[in-house]
Amino acid sequence: MMTEGSASRDSDTESRTRTLLRTATHSRLIWPILALVVLLAVNAIYSPGFLSIRVQDGHLFGSLIDILRNGAPIVLVALGMTLVIATRGIDLSVGAVVAISGAFALSIIGDAPDPNSLGVVLLAVGASLVFALILGAWNGLLVSVFGIQPFIATLILMTAGRGIAMLITEGQILTVASAPYKVIGGGYWFALPASIIIAGVLFALVAVLTRKTALGVLIESVGINPQASRLAGVGSRTIIWTVYVFSAVCAGIAGLMISSNVTAADANSAGLWIEMDAILAVVLGGTSLAGGRYSLTGTLIGAFVLQTLTTTVYSIGIAPEITLVFKALVVIAVVLLQAPRTRAGFAKIRRRQALTASPSKATVV
Amino acid sequence: MAEPEESDPMDTTVPIVEMNNISISFPGVKALDSVDFRMFPGEVHSLMGENGAGKSTLIKALTGVYKIDSGSIHLDGKPLVVTGPADAQRAGISTVYQEVNLLTNLSVAENIMLGREPRRFGVIDWRATRARAAKILRRLHLDIDPASQLNAHSLAVQQLVAIARSLDINAKVLVLDEPTSSLDADEVAELFRVIKGLKDDGVAILFVSHFLDQVYEIADRLTVLRNGALVGEYRIEEILRIELVHKMIGRDIAALDDLDSKTRAAVADADVGVPFMEAVGLGRKGSVEPFNFYINEGEVVGLAGLLGSGRTELARLLSGVDRPDGGELLVEGSPRKLRTARAALKRRIAYSSEDRKREGIIEDLTVRDNIVLALQADRGWFRRISRKRQDDLAVSYISALGIRPSNPETLVRNLSGGNQQKVLLARWLAIAPRLLILDEPTRGIDVGAKAEIQRLVSNLAEEGMSVVFISAELEEVLRLSHRIVVMRDRKKVADLENEDVTSGQVMTLIASGADA
Repeated sequence: MMTEGSASRDSDTESRTRTLLRTATHSRLIWPILALVVLLAVNAIYSPGFLSIRVQDGHLFGSLIDILRNGAPIVLVALGMTLVIATRGIDLSVGAVVAISGAFALSIIGDAPDPNSLGVVLLAVGASLVFALILGAWNGLLVSVFGIQPFIATLILMTAGRGIAMLITEGQILTVASAPYKVIGGGYWFALPASIIIAGVLFALVAVLTRKTALGVLIESVGINPQASRLAGVGSRTIIWTVYVFSAVCAGIAGLMISSNVTAADANSAGLWIEMDAILAVVLGGTSLAGGRYSLTGTLIGAFVLQTLTTTVYSIGIAPEITLVFKALVVIAVVLLQAPRTRAGFAKIRRRQALTASPSKATVV
Repeated sequence: MAEPEESDPMDTTVPIVEMNNISISFPGVKALDSVDFRMFPGEVHSLMGENGAGKSTLIKALTGVYKIDSGSIHLDGKPLVVTGPADAQRAGISTVYQEVNLLTNLSVAENIMLGREPRRFGVIDWRATRARAAKILRRLHLDIDPASQLNAHSLAVQQLVAIARSLDINAKVLVLDEPTSSLDADEVAELFRVIKGLKDDGVAILFVSHFLDQVYEIADRLTVLRNGALVGEYRIEEILRIELVHKMIGRDIAALDDLDSKTRAAVADADVGVPFMEAVGLGRKGSVEPFNFYINEGEVVGLAGLLGSGRTELARLLSGVDRPDGGELLVEGSPRKLRTARAALKRRIAYSSEDRKREGIIEDLTVRDNIVLALQADRGWFRRISRKRQDDLAVSYISALGIRPSNPETLVRNLSGGNQQKVLLARWLAIAPRLLILDEPTRGIDVGAKAEIQRLVSNLAEEGMSVVFISAELEEVLRLSHRIVVMRDRKKVADLENEDVTSGQVMTLIASGADA
């Protein structure tokens, strides 16, 4: 990596720098990972069968699988949210989009003569996702063209969205039995719940897309310094628009998953507070709300920490009235441990230990 | 000249600031290596060195922004332990930084008094706040309304407000980091008057500037740093300019002489054919009055004028950064509307802003990312430049422009100002521009880097690139340009072939009418 011409004097600092960097990048994810491990361990102690995965009718079953499956919608929504937050934005409307997409799909299927026809289901899924895309385009329009602050711009849809969902369901809770539709949230592919595969594929797709194209670095550039990016010719309008559309489509898929899993569309409660969970997952994963550098893996871990937390609450039998307080405590612990100030403190302790361990290497004190 | 000239204060007085054996390292850089530094009460002390010599780092160590890895700092004979700038301020060390760090959306009075507003019954007494701010402004002879919003004023006035802010605290040590880089001659004189007044009050003033004339005019003593190490401390009268420059850059001065004899590129092959760019009646209300302008291939056109004369505004209209509200722009003879910087970049027209921090570098990305940014943006997000090509580009520009540290994976925020400027330059050069508009590319940059950038500009022009060069330093503009466009009061007032033009002539053009 070193460029030619760097003197031997530099090589010492160079290697120290590299180890320092390595610890820094590691420690960014170390706490959420640790939280996840601790939560899983607690569960394993309280319910002994927790970690076991068994095969039944060629399908995998077990608590871990449940966590993955139930966490899939949060993963999806948080994935879109990560990119939005990286551009210095926020998307509060994802919960409303979840409700709308589920309602729209089920109303199409319910109105069709044969709800079990694959064609009808594909049409419903396609139409819902196009609807979500339009909603995302609306958010993107407000933010990137009209320059409305993302918080306000997406608050509009957050508020109006459930009304739209209500109009679609005509005020009812739609329940529709459709075998092909049920697959999205409750079915199995290759022994795994389909929702896990859908979320996994989308995650991989985004990871590849942001890394193999320049989208990732341009998103970060816009998030760190929009003005300088504009002068460098970065099409920030397109990029910002893209992330809001993507976020809405992710929420749309999550909406299909949730409504498919319960075979019902409830305009009022589907995806309620999911925007908060998603933002929390992003923050737990180490992405700053100030925009700029982001971590998709961090978000993934953050989402599973949240989902495992929910499971833990049930499995160790925490009283429902203190559930939220318990969740808050865990979240605050992880966030505090990740805070730059705490990390700096840990780094100092580590340095001191390293120095006492090998005083001969201590060139600079 | 109130001080006793005959006796050196070094012998009689105790230093107010004494820093011993200071070392600081950053990832990939040893910024300071066992540096000693001291200041006496009632002196103006100048800190000299090239970019990356460690000047800013030393200042930040003194003001508590950076923690020192080793060494000791004494203020007034007592060990100084400061945990941050606010703490340093309480201890009596006030700072005005190179890039003005003020809150432009607040009023002048709020900026001056921020954090120290007079209180009555626990709430801020706004009337007293404004009154006290007004008093400090009067001391600086700055005739502006304390209640006016800061961003309504020019950068120069904002700078003086920053100084006013530090004056309000009864500072024992006042640190001025490049305070004059955006001031015109009158404002500099004004500032120096203020500095002399403070000096007579016994304040120790640390004055950092790249303008040697100013250093020799105001400083009593200077300390030279190079590559993070101490070169020496000198009384101003015991060191010649040429010696100083030699100590700062540590290389032969012949290189600099060479610059003087041959910087201007061989004059472009006469005025053949169509200009690369031509503006007819281009203008924008409240920004620049309609002007005509042209630039040929391989030509360097210098833009001279005072701060706020419209030189930056003109450049921004040519480069699509701001939209004109009248007139026409022709690129190679055909009318073009450049509505955005992006559109201009597509035509290989690049604008490098004077505001490096806000409109230039992306601090939290690496040197490599910053260098390839414009090129990548031009290709669109989908067609990523391969990692190998990125590395090649970064490494070649790092060595061509001498960017330090040379590791392409360093975050740009860890580079010194001059090196950040070079990274920015590399970004524009990477797109192989036909027209490069450089707005104050050498501001806040030391002699060595300045010479490098000047030489680069003339080489590029010889290779056929057109360059618009904007600088507050008239000598620099005269030395580099084939033609000089003079701006005054948001109007283009002259367009001169640079043959036997003297700085006096240009000065007259810049100034005449300003008094009327």
